[in-house]
Amino acid sequence: MDRYIKAPLNKEEAISLRAGDYVYITGTIYTARDAAHKRMYETLERGGSLPMDMENNIIYYMGPSPAREGRPIGSAGPTTSSRMDKYAPSLLDLGLKGMIGKGKRTESVKEAIVRNGAVYFAAVGGAGALLSRSIKSSEVIAYDDLGTEAIRKLEVENFPVIVVIDSLGNNLYETAIKDYCR
Amino acid sequence: MMRTVHVDVITENIKEMCVEANHFLSTDMKCALDKAACAEESPLGKQILGQLQENLEIAGSDMIPICQDTGMAVIFMEIGQDVHFEGGLLEDAINEGVRRGYVEGYLRKSVVSDPLIRENTKDNTPAIIHYEMVPGENVKITVAPKGFGSENMSRVFMLKPSDGIEGVKNAVLTAVRDAGPNACPPMVVGVGIGGTFEKCALMAKKALTRPVNENSAIPYIKEMEQELLEKVNCLGIGPGGLGGTTTALAVNINTYPTHIAGLPVAINICCHVNRHAVRTI
Repeated sequence: MDRYIKAPLNKEEAISLRAGDYVYITGTIYTARDAAHKRMYETLERGGSLPMDMENNIIYYMGPSPAREGRPIGSAGPTTSSRMDKYAPSLLDLGLKGMIGKGKRTESVKEAIVRNGAVYFAAVGGAGALLSRSIKSSEVIAYDDLGTEAIRKLEVENFPVIVVIDSLGNNLYETAIKDYCR
Repeated sequence: MMRTVHVDVITENIKEMCVEANHFLSTDMKCALDKAACAEESPLGKQILGQLQENLEIAGSDMIPICQDTGMAVIFMEIGQDVHFEGGLLEDAINEGVRRGYVEGYLRKSVVSDPLIRENTKDNTPAIIHYEMVPGENVKITVAPKGFGSENMSRVFMLKPSDGIEGVKNAVLTAVRDAGPNACPPMVVGVGIGGTFEKCALMAKKALTRPVNENSAIPYIKEMEQELLEKVNCLGIGPGGLGGTTTALAVNINTYPTHIAGLPVAINICCHVNRHAVRTI
């Protein structure tokens, strides 16, 4: 089913999404990948505060290539989510509602998604040029020293993703493969 | 007869090839994607393959990298033994080409200087360079930027001779099954069989640079490539790992003599952005 949603994501909308839905996201989302997650996690362990509020927000696991002059961003496709699995449950428990990436998640991430009524989206891996067209602006808001791994605030318009794990714990990666396995 | 090549020529070519490889896929890869988009049975899989085709067009027309992971620069240097380099160290010249390509070409800098301390070198150097001495007075350069989503899913198996051809096939299928959606399918599967621990890994990497529409010249290896491609595509993983009949575009196998006690097998997985630029100087 095709769905058009706004980001930040409200709770009712997040729990209404189902694995397999094709979703177009419009609004504000944040990027963070390996190094930014490690730093956020260590900040929380020290009792510090994060550079952005997690409540209802969506994090995109992505580190862009540099933007050419006059463009908001370079190539901007998803990175493999599993490297963020160690950190994701803490962020979900702080109110994070959505994650965009690609690839499998651990059981503990799935449980945190269900526990918090959140959702895991996949964007098409290796389609960074195409996906960049849905990103209208990009601004580094924290960890500038991490280069491509800095936290960026993105304004997106009809950014295309697919629901892989929904708030009921359905997992499209597990179900879809069965349909074509011979 | 010795032929003299100034290392500046190497730098300039490598710079251009880094940019070229990250914006334009080779014709064989494009054709394989087009063919897959027609044949794919899953509607969602077909839609994803269509997006990958569109992505390639945008990358070329807007000069925006095909994938944001513009890779670690893997470079194969096949150097004719009658070539003499002048003007500096060849290795420095290669890394300077990578530096200029990645900095001037708006490519992502994805290399950290130490695997544990992890500080970005900010110019994507150093490259991974493989030198090979060949007859003649030419220098063949292959620049193959390698993304790590798929690199992380690669494997080496030190099989026993008694595991035989079935053991090798199982190893390949295991690696592909485990890679699943993480490796950005449809994948290209590079396989090295034989040699030593490091030789089979290098063969698997080099196998990825062979055109996807060309099979091995060894008849029984060609058969194994075709059989494995069919089996991989029966796993159901599909484009983006979201189900379908296109999990891989090719299985390319290279082999080498090995020890009486061993059967090393390496599987180097590449995503559908299987990049390589080739020039002979």
